[in-house]
Amino acid sequence: MTPHDHGAEAPPAGLAVRPADPAAARVWDVATTVNDPEIPVLSVADLGILRDARVEDGRAVVVITPTYSGCPAMGTITEDLERALHAAGWADVRVDLVLQPAWTTDWMTPEGRAKLEEYGIAPPTGRAAAGPVRLGLAVKCPRCHSLNTREMTRFGSTACKALHVCNECLEPFDYFKVH
Amino acid sequence: MSFASHDSATKQSAGQAITAEEIGASGATAPEDVARYALWLGDDALMLAQRLGWWIARAPELEEDIALANIALDLLGHARFFLTYAGTAWGKTEDDLAYFRDEEEFRSCRLVEQENGDFGQTIARQLIFSYYQYELYRRLVDSSDATLAAIADKALKEVQYHQDHASQWILRLGLGTEESKRRVQDGLDYMWPYVDELFHDDELIDALEGIAVRPSTLRADFDRRIAEILGEAGLEVPGIPGAWGGDRSGEFSEQRGHILAEMQVLARQHPGATW
Repeated sequence: MTPHDHGAEAPPAGLAVRPADPAAARVWDVATTVNDPEIPVLSVADLGILRDARVEDGRAVVVITPTYSGCPAMGTITEDLERALHAAGWADVRVDLVLQPAWTTDWMTPEGRAKLEEYGIAPPTGRAAAGPVRLGLAVKCPRCHSLNTREMTRFGSTACKALHVCNECLEPFDYFKVH
Repeated sequence: MSFASHDSATKQSAGQAITAEEIGASGATAPEDVARYALWLGDDALMLAQRLGWWIARAPELEEDIALANIALDLLGHARFFLTYAGTAWGKTEDDLAYFRDEEEFRSCRLVEQENGDFGQTIARQLIFSYYQYELYRRLVDSSDATLAAIADKALKEVQYHQDHASQWILRLGLGTEESKRRVQDGLDYMWPYVDELFHDDELIDALEGIAVRPSTLRADFDRRIAEILGEAGLEVPGIPGAWGGDRSGEFSEQRGHILAEMQVLARQHPGATW
């Protein structure tokens, strides 16, 4: 695991960071150009599913983690990563899927959260907790920014999103669930 | 052989620095007994995913179509991980195991094979199974088998949603109208004979000390939490004894063949077909 920079804003535990090794960093940078097919404004790095990048005997290796076990985007993301790395000049490419540590929305970057909101999806509120929490934080409407919103269903258009509706502007919107 | 099928979107590894190839190179394919256990867990998830998929476009409201589809998709993901891992022991892919095994070769519990019935019955099954699965995965994360632990760690977060979904419906139906209460209680009564089976210590478990979770050890927490939620919903914990037979022995419910007929027909009529 890459050592973290424990500055004023220490990243959440388990957050992957751009490798220091120049060759590995080049693989990482190409990988970050790949976006989630279901939320095209977010790169795999924004989402926090990009776990590692390295070069092994001239082969580019990228490690990603699924958001949800049945997420159908993982297959497409794998292919997109392979395509991007081939296009960037690596003949030999491998994409590994790791399950542990399990992905959490805590790994989503601040830029990713801002892009989500601008795109019309409310970003996750607060940090993921260990164990079930019955108290939910208010979700801000990405359209009119009201906190007066309610959950229509916890299971939205994709596994990672819930459907909310704004009580002020009456607009339904997706919310990226804390996970 | 490699850890997983290269055709699969779920070529996976346990985590940290372990990659699929490293596991393959270290010869850590699933040992026979671990693979048999992974088959139990994978078959449970696969059967229930297939059952829940039926509700798409049939649920009482649009949001519920989507919720049950989401839950089915999570379970299908768990099934793919477990079956892929199990397959490493026998040189089989997840597809070989899902589509080209016959009824007597599956190891799912009878609960997940039970008829959907009405919505109350489906929710009763969801409550029982998600509470059981939560207790199971909560402990399986400590398995000495790194792959089983990793799958459980990933799946546990999703099962918490499934549990919450079932709990909320149980409350709404139990505290709703006389009719909703009667029907969800009927659903619980219908499913209850298949509860004991979930906690039966099969002989396979003895061979997997530290790897598998001993089912009987989950019972006390399950009973306590189920009694709590049913009490809150004004429903009764059924006093119905367990149905004879079953377990993981290959004795299966009469519904299994019908589920497989629907699930496997395409793969068997057009072997090797791709989208």
